[in-house]
Amino acid sequence: MNNEGVDQSKRQFLTTALTVVGAVGTGYLAVPFLSQMQPSVKTMAAGAPVDVDLSKMETGQLIRVAWRGKPVWVLNRTPEVLATLKTLDGELRDPESLESLQPASSKNAVRSVKPEIFVAVGLCTHLGCSPTFRPEVSPPDLGEKWKGGFFCPCHGSWFDLAGRVYSGVPAPTNLEVPPHRYVTDTLLIVGEPAEGESV
Amino acid sequence: MKPSRLTACGEWVLDRFPLASLWKDHMTHYYAPRNFNFWYFFGSLALLVLVNQFITGILLTMNYKPDAKLAFDSVEYIMRDVSWGWLVRYMHSTGASAFFIVVYLHMFRGIMYGSFKQPRELIWIFGMLIFVALMAEAFMGYLLPWGQMSYWGAQVIISLFSAIPVIGDELSLWIRGDYVVSDATLNRFFAFHVIAVPLVLVMLVFMHIVALHEVGSNNPDGIDIKKLKDKNGIPLDGIPFHPYYTVKDLVGVGVFLIFFATVIFYMPEMGGYFLEHANFIPADPMKTPEHIAPVWYFTPFYAILRAIPDKFAGVIGMGGAIVVLFLLPWLDRNPVRSIRYRGGIYKKALALFVISFIALGYLGTQPATPVATNVARVFTVIYFGFFLLMPLYTRWEKTKPVPDRVTEELSFEEQIPALMETFEEITEITPEPVDDGQHHAFRSVFFSRRPNPEGMRNVATRLAKKLKESLD
Repeated sequence: MNNEGVDQSKRQFLTTALTVVGAVGTGYLAVPFLSQMQPSVKTMAAGAPVDVDLSKMETGQLIRVAWRGKPVWVLNRTPEVLATLKTLDGELRDPESLESLQPASSKNAVRSVKPEIFVAVGLCTHLGCSPTFRPEVSPPDLGEKWKGGFFCPCHGSWFDLAGRVYSGVPAPTNLEVPPHRYVTDTLLIVGEPAEGESV
Repeated sequence: MKPSRLTACGEWVLDRFPLASLWKDHMTHYYAPRNFNFWYFFGSLALLVLVNQFITGILLTMNYKPDAKLAFDSVEYIMRDVSWGWLVRYMHSTGASAFFIVVYLHMFRGIMYGSFKQPRELIWIFGMLIFVALMAEAFMGYLLPWGQMSYWGAQVIISLFSAIPVIGDELSLWIRGDYVVSDATLNRFFAFHVIAVPLVLVMLVFMHIVALHEVGSNNPDGIDIKKLKDKNGIPLDGIPFHPYYTVKDLVGVGVFLIFFATVIFYMPEMGGYFLEHANFIPADPMKTPEHIAPVWYFTPFYAILRAIPDKFAGVIGMGGAIVVLFLLPWLDRNPVRSIRYRGGIYKKALALFVISFIALGYLGTQPATPVATNVARVFTVIYFGFFLLMPLYTRWEKTKPVPDRVTEELSFEEQIPALMETFEEITEITPEPVDDGQHHAFRSVFFSRRPNPEGMRNVATRLAKKLKESLD
């Protein structure tokens, strides 16, 4: 190539201009391509609320319902369990639920609207496994210190029966409490916020 | 003589495509060191397994359905109703594990003989990129059968991204395409597994080999064979890749296929290591299996993740375990390549590293008890210590002089007399008089070969001494 008599700065300018225009064009094209992988409108609409009938629930019973494809637990806690929960604060990472996700109506010591009925998303806040329900006190495999709670089999995180995480385990925060409200005393809707709450 | 039609056709192609020179440059006139040993089989074996994965994978896609409602059943359909479907599926699933076995051995070879050192840093980088692409490929492929392990394994691994501050939650949502692992996730993983990642893999393998052929292969002595050439410019210690190494690799392929076929036909699940038992249960988003563990080839990294009691730090540790491997060419400050001429401190460090890698791999398959977690912490420290302390201890190393020419190694045939001698030493022949109460025309004495405890002790001591010497 003969470079004699060529205005190099003009050539450099054209090259740079073309590179910039090309990069902007690529950037624009990347938006639809990358957005394609976001949840679709249909997926976002699929999070319909779920009704849970509590009338047949026994004390101590745990029922699982699916909401947005996630397991949601509804647990009917016994008075003994509620008493135990008060004694655990010292061993927990976030006993006041300051850094955890829950609607305002459940932001209290037992993390529920009604003290005995506990509602939570059954996915560990560590890496999303579903913890096992272990209500028994001091079983041989979990040891003396176990006061009943949820145990994550994947990475060994401990939660109490209010979904509060123990300190010294991998999970960073308490189990998430989904938005929920009571239509009647025994009919619960998971996925709809209580009156006066957003989300 | 008039050229035949076939020759004419050949000429026509050769005038338009550099087939002859490609063959010459990369096969018949590519000079590889003549002292390649056992460890040099695994590169070509990795290529063989790649081809196996492509062919069986294409066949599997003909019957597989990437749909959360149909996927599990379509795999069972392949296993039961498709003619030879079980064979193709087992070849693919065993191939995945075989891929990691040969790649891990290939990488170990590189570390042992310093194949990553100047001027082969880029080969190592391309190789590491292949390793990362391979992990992505294996991980996404494992979701496709839509069993319990597929589902919860994917849930855990995708949740790793949510540990990244600020963008983490959005990022993991974007990867899944849903709030949980679902049909959308399965469908896109299928697209990545069969199109995107394989294309990347092939390109990387191409670059890996192009870079290798540019600088030439390393060898067990870590000697630059291009330094000493004959009058025709051919390295004195080099032999043409074809036919010498193509034929040698064919032997390796034969032996490999014996093992490969044994697994496919007699132990396709490999006791739950190649195909996990929980994966024969369809995915259930409501219930995590009691014990979840990734497939064996991810367990060393998984054990590191579990060993660190903080979500974000755990993810960093797991990623860091792979990132440090990329940095190897710059961490090792010793110019001597081969382990044969390196100092004792490096040999011991490498031995510790291998032990910790295997131990972490084992711990990753086991439940996370407090004791196991503490042990995993110790091995995690050793793992990172091997790499991060390398700039220090490789400088203190006392290396041995490196020869100019490659050293001779005894072939297997040449070792037979020595082996026979050892056998003689550890056994002794003792006469045994026969007294079975019958009359014998001739007095007969049977000689029988018995183990000789003293000989065994001598041989063991000698081996131990040799081992100790080789570590200095």
